[in-house]
Amino acid sequence: MIYIVILLSVIFLGLAAVVVSRMATVVKNANGPVEEGHIGMSNRINGALFMIFLVLSIIGFVWSFLYAKQFFLPEASTPHGRRTDFLFWLSMGIITVAFVITNALLFIFAWLYQYKEGRKAAYYPENHKLELIWTVIPAVVMAVMVFTGWRAWRDIMSEAPADAQVFEIVGKQFNWIVRYPGVDNNKLGAFNYKLIDSNNETGIDYTDEASFDDYVSTSELHIPVGRPVLLKIRARDVLHSVFIPHLRVKMDAVPGMPTRFWFTADKTTDEMRNITGNPNFGYEIACTEVCGQGHFSMRIRLIIEDEASYQAWCKEQKPLLSAVPELASRIPANLKSKAAKYLPAEETAAPADSVTASVITKGVKVASATLR
Amino acid sequence: MATESANPATVAHAAEHDHHEPQSFWRKYIFSEDHKTIAKQYLISGIIWSIIGISLSVMFRLQLGFPAMKLDFLRPILGGWIDETGKLDPDFYLALVTMHGTIMVFFVLTAGLSGTFSNFLIPLQVGARDMASGFLNMLSYWFFFIASMLMLWSLFIETGPASGGWVIYPPLSALPQAHKGSEFGMTLWLISMALFIVSQLLGGINYITTVINLRTRGMSFSKLPLTIWAFFLTAVLGLISFPVLLSAALLLIFDRSFGTSFYLSEIYIKGEALPNVGGSPILFQHLFWFLGHPEVYIVLLPALGMTSEIIATNSRKPIFGYRAMIASMMGIAFLAFIVWAHHMFVTGMNPFLGSIFMFLTLIIAVPSAVKAFNYITTLWRGNIRFTPAMLFSIGLVSFFISGGLTGLILGNSALDIQLHDTYFVVAHFHLVMGAASAFGLLAGVYHWFPKMFGRMLNEKLGYVHFWMTFIGIYLVFFPMHYIGIAGFPRRYYAFTSYDFTKNIFADMNAFISLAAIFTFAAQWIFIYNFVYSLIKGRKAPQNPWKSNTLEWTAPINPGHGNWVGEIPPVYRWAYDYSKPGAKDDFIPQNVPFSQTPESNLPHENELIGMEKEIEAQYLNDQFNQPH
Repeated sequence: MIYIVILLSVIFLGLAAVVVSRMATVVKNANGPVEEGHIGMSNRINGALFMIFLVLSIIGFVWSFLYAKQFFLPEASTPHGRRTDFLFWLSMGIITVAFVITNALLFIFAWLYQYKEGRKAAYYPENHKLELIWTVIPAVVMAVMVFTGWRAWRDIMSEAPADAQVFEIVGKQFNWIVRYPGVDNNKLGAFNYKLIDSNNETGIDYTDEASFDDYVSTSELHIPVGRPVLLKIRARDVLHSVFIPHLRVKMDAVPGMPTRFWFTADKTTDEMRNITGNPNFGYEIACTEVCGQGHFSMRIRLIIEDEASYQAWCKEQKPLLSAVPELASRIPANLKSKAAKYLPAEETAAPADSVTASVITKGVKVASATLR
Repeated sequence: MATESANPATVAHAAEHDHHEPQSFWRKYIFSEDHKTIAKQYLISGIIWSIIGISLSVMFRLQLGFPAMKLDFLRPILGGWIDETGKLDPDFYLALVTMHGTIMVFFVLTAGLSGTFSNFLIPLQVGARDMASGFLNMLSYWFFFIASMLMLWSLFIETGPASGGWVIYPPLSALPQAHKGSEFGMTLWLISMALFIVSQLLGGINYITTVINLRTRGMSFSKLPLTIWAFFLTAVLGLISFPVLLSAALLLIFDRSFGTSFYLSEIYIKGEALPNVGGSPILFQHLFWFLGHPEVYIVLLPALGMTSEIIATNSRKPIFGYRAMIASMMGIAFLAFIVWAHHMFVTGMNPFLGSIFMFLTLIIAVPSAVKAFNYITTLWRGNIRFTPAMLFSIGLVSFFISGGLTGLILGNSALDIQLHDTYFVVAHFHLVMGAASAFGLLAGVYHWFPKMFGRMLNEKLGYVHFWMTFIGIYLVFFPMHYIGIAGFPRRYYAFTSYDFTKNIFADMNAFISLAAIFTFAAQWIFIYNFVYSLIKGRKAPQNPWKSNTLEWTAPINPGHGNWVGEIPPVYRWAYDYSKPGAKDDFIPQNVPFSQTPESNLPHENELIGMEKEIEAQYLNDQFNQPH
């Protein structure tokens, strides 16, 4: 690469030198008498250059597209994504036709109708019929594009199905935190930003009993394949934006205003590894709203797996309450009994010893298994 | 051909404007109230700003194209922003993209383009002695100048300039603890922009008043050149939308400094939960884009207006569909106010609003398409002279089409989900708004340089400049579409953190950077040409492009008051090129129909009777009023 860079730099420098040396001669000749109305060689050269530009740019366009195509994202892993991809390429086809025709006409006319001695341009100030035609045609084409796009938009932004699996994703400088609805009740508990601290990064509110079994992760989000998933999106400090390129998902995370996006992923990570032929393929979640210094590296992995392995993975997870028993002090007295099973021991007791902890963890597993 | 017409009315009244005393150097060149001097001040400031703005983009292109490059050689300029290992600081990378955007959009393409050509051309093309208020006009420039100085200063402070993107979305921009660029640099940005808006409003009021009140006799709205229509509508757009940005900025200043919560709610940052609740960051985005979208047309419409004039003149043909062009511009100007939320499809705004704005956005494509078709038809069966201005105008139309078409995709909210804030957007708006407007600015300079400075720019250098820039810009922005389709998000310091951006398009990014450097280098040809021609350029003839508009009837170096003696009246539209039967291929606006019986169309013969009426009209001559 670096050699190409050097080579190109040398070429550019050479070109610059040629230009500068030409400049001197050109400028010398420039002070001659005014040649009123004289239109000479340069007009023809410029006209021809437009045609050369047209031909070369079409070649460049086709070649560069064919080259770049290999790097475009693979087929979307969500039905809505395939739908928008189809609309994208359909629209792309329409505008490419318009792009080539209009640019070609522009350059061809420039070349064709360049100045010729003695010719007089046509006095052609208006043609209402023509103008009507080219107002109506774009209007109709655009109406079709808008209508198909609108239907897709309406469906994508519709309310999530009631049985959608809910996850919460919280943006902060500079990473994502995901919160799972828990090992038992599959319900996200309430949150309050004032409760955030280093132990409780998403501000889980433990006065809500649905919170007790919630667990969090900053490294990966596991979701089941083939089931509607509802992402509840929040931001803790500044704007962020959840971007899952392979799922064609994007939605801003706004402090003080939770947002949402639902989708159904239908290719597991393993399937995508086969499709892309890349054994290390992994889904990723990125940030696309500038959020400060670390904006470019807010990566969190997304693992899409089949129902069985998703459930198995869930069962291994420990509620945040179990991992950080100090949080129990926030539980109101009347709910303490319900939280007890997630806690290592009575909260008044001394720090749990390893034996009881493992027993309780086992208990949790049993409980969740029976519930499901 | 000298078009100082021997209009009897002009001769009848003797030149009576020499009662102005010679002015001191300061009043004449610095604190001048003359619209031509102010226009030149704007032009020079705009050129300086564009050099700074493009240099910043070259710096971040080095980082993006050659991530491994040691940037030690930038240390003399950037100092501590280059760390010990020769890497660009990520904070300063964001500062660079932010300041590049701010400078190019506001200081170059708004002030440099509108400020220069509205000021210069409105009085000269409508036939006025000067702007309605020379004093406000002067204030407008100097407010802009102070704004410029503050913005320039912010580049050099220790915590760096504003760096949350040119859209400065809060809370990032509101919380100094969130980001280095949200400290003093942001304060300076806001104050600078507030002053800039004041400057724009003073200018805009002046443009509107001048166009409405100070047109010469016979210059009805239906005879105005399209340039003036474009400047007029631009000024209206600015006058309505800039105050909204001012309020957005003021509320942000309150949030930053006075503890209010307009944009802040439920924030926990740096180990502390802030007390602010009830605000909405989305509110800022609505206010910002209520200016931000019209702003696109504020920079583009003047370019389109000047292009209409230049393409008609150099094709030697009337602009095709004069009325359709006006109607399109009015349509664009109106629709510009009701499409802003297409920048916000995925911000969590109500999806129903998204649907509405998608429909409105795609409607705006119709007048834009009409304009493009009209330009192409104007070339058809013309007799085209490729002056540098003409080349840049054709280039503008090409960019306008190429960049505008991708707007159809981005304006479609369903497709915007994936493409929002990727390089696809960067490619789109740089072509349609950045490059197209910049080409309008360059075309304008090449076309009106003779009127501004009485000398010609060198044409050959202009050709070289055009071809290098035209090719260079396509090489920079065309590949960005591919990068965007591959999902690369914009404003990323590096693409190494993600598998989907890692190890791909490194060569494409390097290529884009090289093309950017190449394009930047080409601009020095223009700078050289500009400076050289200013001093030693060929002397301009009276009407170098054989153009119809009124400015070419003024003296080659128009003095204070523009015309010696009375201002010529106007009898016809500005586009009588190659009229059948006429002896020349152009008939200036101030030539009455009674002098051209050989080429008059039937309805125009009827207008001959109106000429006496036009000449008898009250001339709103600013110099013949009691003062």
